[in-house]
Amino acid sequence: MSGPDATPGGPLLEIADLRVTFATGDGVARAVDGVDLVVEAGETVGLVGESGCGKSVTALAVLRLVEHPGHIAHGSRVRFEGRDLLALADRDIRAVRGNHLALIFQEPATALNPVLTIGSQIAEVIRTHQHGSRAEAKRRALEMLRAVGIPDAERRADGYAHQLSGGMRQRVLIAIALACRPHLVIADEPTTALDVTIQAEILELLDGLQRQMGMAVLLITHNLGLVAERTRRVYVMYAGQIVEEAGTEALFAAPLHPYTQGLMAAVPRLDQLRERLAAIPGQVPPATAWPGGCRFHPRCPFAFDRCNAEMPPLLPSGDGRKARCWLVEDEAYRGTGVPAHRDQQGEGGGAP
Amino acid sequence: MSRLRGLWARFRARRIAVAGLVVVVLLALAALGAPLLAPADPLAQPDPVALQNQPPSPEHPLGTDRFSRDVMSRLLYGARVSLGIGAAAALLAAVIGAGVGVAAGLGSPLVDQLLMRGVDVALALPRVFLLLLVLALWEGAPAGVVIVLLAVTGWFPTSRVVRALVQRLREAEFVQAARALGAGRWGLVRRHLLPHLAPAVIVAATLDVGNIILLESGLSYLGLGIRPPAPSWGNMILDGKDQLFSTPWVAAAPGLALLVTVVAFNLVGDGLQDALDPRSEK
Repeated sequence: MSGPDATPGGPLLEIADLRVTFATGDGVARAVDGVDLVVEAGETVGLVGESGCGKSVTALAVLRLVEHPGHIAHGSRVRFEGRDLLALADRDIRAVRGNHLALIFQEPATALNPVLTIGSQIAEVIRTHQHGSRAEAKRRALEMLRAVGIPDAERRADGYAHQLSGGMRQRVLIAIALACRPHLVIADEPTTALDVTIQAEILELLDGLQRQMGMAVLLITHNLGLVAERTRRVYVMYAGQIVEEAGTEALFAAPLHPYTQGLMAAVPRLDQLRERLAAIPGQVPPATAWPGGCRFHPRCPFAFDRCNAEMPPLLPSGDGRKARCWLVEDEAYRGTGVPAHRDQQGEGGGAP
Repeated sequence: MSRLRGLWARFRARRIAVAGLVVVVLLALAALGAPLLAPADPLAQPDPVALQNQPPSPEHPLGTDRFSRDVMSRLLYGARVSLGIGAAAALLAAVIGAGVGVAAGLGSPLVDQLLMRGVDVALALPRVFLLLLVLALWEGAPAGVVIVLLAVTGWFPTSRVVRALVQRLREAEFVQAARALGAGRWGLVRRHLLPHLAPAVIVAATLDVGNIILLESGLSYLGLGIRPPAPSWGNMILDGKDQLFSTPWVAAAPGLALLVTVVAFNLVGDGLQDALDPRSEK
């Protein structure tokens, strides 16, 4: 279910060796550095990582929305419904955007145009991509507003974004994204800007519409809780790379990569009494200066000599999972999440 | 559009700006209604000897000039020239400035650099001398040419303002969102940029009208803009300047009209600018 060859027709979305660089004053920032990612039709996949790990840039790169000074490197591939999006003519990629592949933005406060009515913004997408009269587009826009649970849709359609609450605006953004019944929706932190109670409503709504329309969702978030509840498979991203790929249940049962372990230890839980949350020591390095070897090794509690010297590939761990960590080769580690006797850098003889 | 409606509400709160607007509207009506309002033909010289340099009287509210022409009539017809040229040139300058600003703001860094460095150079050239040069070489240039010249030498500041706005707007998330939904370049400009640019461009154009009216009057005063006998406020002042002490009404009437007009347009422009400033929002 996770390999690129799993379905005979090929997956819905297949990102291969995606690299995005930004020319900055401090040098070249490799914001996305060799990402491979697959989304099958109809499934929900999570992409998790801290701020600055490259997950949003990945989303933008898929639709070729990376702007100057950003640059998608040659050799990157984004196949969507069998077509290489990176090789399409401008006109053809525009026909994909918002039509078969839609993006839901993070900030409902700013992603709506303040001077256009809600209804006309939904109708605009419909008219961009589908033939039909103005009246037909308007009718469909109202339909979408009702579908996303906006009360009094007729009146709201003639209103402006500033007249709506944050949750309502996010519903409008979802209506816009889904107006053309896309086959894949990339939701970039769709609920981060909202209250917790509204977050749940929005996700329920998205879930319901996904089931109705049979679309696939790539959910980009830093919130592991969201991923646990809503996705079937998860990619964990760190420093521009995928560091772990697994089924959601397996990942939460036993995270393989030390970074994933750290992330989970940093999530507050009700079922465990802890004095304080474990933070991952150190900080995400800047994208202009990724460390050599494994990019996580300066912050990794298990780092040993090889981590410093050699970047690990995504190593398969036998049950269809992969992690970018040399410890995956260690059988004891795979079982327990704790490495067998190694010469650990940070601890003087703490190993059993 | 709700945004323009809000602008109007904030503009209305400024009395002096509203006063300016009232004057501008009256002037425009006077210019449009010149054939109805004027007591006489502005070009007619009924009796250059007996009726010259008459002081104001019921028959000639603003007196007559040295050719016995009715000053009031000339003033009203001159308003058509001044306001007409001012409005047309300001509008044209606004369109050119907005176009270049959008092109620079949306274009590649190379296009942007070319356009903006070009504007820098153009701003370094003295506008009045450029105009004098062209009009001195092209004797008897028609009003249309004067309008184009005034516009072509006057759009630079607008283009800078618009470019800065576009650069800010194109980073706006709703513009990104529109691109992500498949909007083309033209659609972006039309639907997402222009409505946001309109208020700033309107302010720039309004302030420009006063400026251009002054410039045109200056050119006419020097005998280079609107040619006599057609009346323009500038050449009327020229007519009256030699007799400023004997028959002051001939030059004073167009001079005062000019002053009032330019102040009125500036008041409206300033009022709009204040109304646009988000910090002034209550």
